[in-house]
Amino acid sequence: MSLATSSHKPKRPRPAITQDIEFFFTGAKEHKLLIQKCSKCSLLRHPPLPCCPECNSFSWETIESKGLGTVYSFVVNHYPQVPAFDYPLVVGLIELDEGTRIVSQIVDCEPGEVFVGMALEVKFLECDDELTLPVFAPRK
Amino acid sequence: MTDLSTRNTIARKTAIVGIGATEFSKDSGRSELQLAVEATLAAISDAGLKPGDIDGMVTYSADTNPDIDIARAAGIGELTFFSRVHYGGGACCGTILQAVLAVATGVATNVVCYRAFNERSGNRFGAGVQNRPPVPSAENAQFAWYAPFGLLTPAQWVAMFTRRYMHQYGASGDDLGRVAVAGRDFASTNPKAWFYNKPITLEDHQNSRYIAEPLRLLDCCQESDGGQAVVVTTLDRARDLPNRPAIIAGVAQGAGEKQDMMTSYYRDNIAHLPEMALVARQIWEMSEVGVKDLSCAILYDAFTPFVLMQLEDFGFCPRGQAKDYVKDGNIGRGAKTPINTHGGQLGEAYIHGMNGIAEGVRQIRGTSPNQLDKVENVLVSSGTGVPTSAMVLTQD
Ligand SMILES: [Zn+2]
Repeated sequence: MSLATSSHKPKRPRPAITQDIEFFFTGAKEHKLLIQKCSKCSLLRHPPLPCCPECNSFSWETIESKGLGTVYSFVVNHYPQVPAFDYPLVVGLIELDEGTRIVSQIVDCEPGEVFVGMALEVKFLECDDELTLPVFAPRK
Repeated sequence: MTDLSTRNTIARKTAIVGIGATEFSKDSGRSELQLAVEATLAAISDAGLKPGDIDGMVTYSADTNPDIDIARAAGIGELTFFSRVHYGGGACCGTILQAVLAVATGVATNVVCYRAFNERSGNRFGAGVQNRPPVPSAENAQFAWYAPFGLLTPAQWVAMFTRRYMHQYGASGDDLGRVAVAGRDFASTNPKAWFYNKPITLEDHQNSRYIAEPLRLLDCCQESDGGQAVVVTTLDRARDLPNRPAIIAGVAQGAGEKQDMMTSYYRDNIAHLPEMALVARQIWEMSEVGVKDLSCAILYDAFTPFVLMQLEDFGFCPRGQAKDYVKDGNIGRGAKTPINTHGGQLGEAYIHGMNGIAEGVRQIRGTSPNQLDKVENVLVSSGTGVPTSAMVLTQD
């Protein structure tokens, strides 16, 4: 499932993309939430890093997350109001079922409905031609 | 685990002998470099030294004023030691550690540590990273996990820790507010504070608007223009100078496990500050001073929740109990160990923590606007949620 934002809004801040993290944003464009996995010891890591802190292997692959998680913490942003976003803006720290945490926007609900432990599922927000992001909505 | 046994080689060997600042304002009307030079010259003069006596300079990598520009403008001349410390306000006492290492080893004789900016009238930190160009460096790539999702400012980054802390330990908005009320109370009797004569009530705090829930406006420190400098030298030289030395009994830096800059969200427990706990472990061991020996503490208060967490990580109270510690009146005026007697950054000014070092020195000297009786030891801490630093100042 995807969402499209209106075209007259200024673009969201661009991510600075290095070789270490590019796969995540490429995956999001294909509506996949990818998690980096150590090819040697299988440790999952997010945010991605070029080396495994457990076994120091530089070889890694990715797995596709099922996209299910729960709210570990969250923020309701009011100020400053940046034109690229709608406010109040809910941003969560989401613990994925795979075990890693990820920061993302929480959509399709009122800020007052969000709570720590709330079950969420991923959907993909096509912000503009260049940028698609995984965001999270209450699990159906 | 770091071996601390060699640290006593620099414990109590050095002292802060000079402090100097500009006025603290919302619009200084002059360049950041001028503020830096004014603060530097004021600190040198306060120390009873001449510009030519200075041979080392340290600042934050966030500072825009090169040491050599200040040295040229102030007539300092040759420098044999210059260094800058990274991670925003976490650099604060880290600049002192650099100076201590330099003078204790003879690399430099008298070192100025400084921080000066037009943070309110110029480049406001509160605006966050919305306009940061996406140059693909590791440091910028870090923001890729936050900025596109709208998590852009220090208040927003801190609010994420705060919500979890409140959830885990049952702390309330009132508990955060008590930190702001105590700071503003001390500021109200500090003529140099921006909020001089402007105390607040808990009700004022609760009525202030949400910036990034659960943080309200009065949980966030002000933004300020100003400069602050201090002079560090050896204890032997300090004893020949006019001021009572503020001996540096312990000073340390720390970056924790799984450390990020403001967004260490991936640790097992994000409701405390492991980097500050690491710094605490070092300074208590090095100084042989403990919480029970403190006369007061200057805790970095850019945001109220991190004051609660610091109380726990320095050992003022057990984990999760800072809300009770604060509610029981342990940080304000009249407490056994009050916090931020200058009013903190919430009340005096936001000079990236450097003005807190000056207050620590004033308490040791007996010249604070809110002077305590019989001050023996003062704790000073630095930026929170980032690689950080702290120190213990003590009487000669
Ligand atoms: Zn591995």
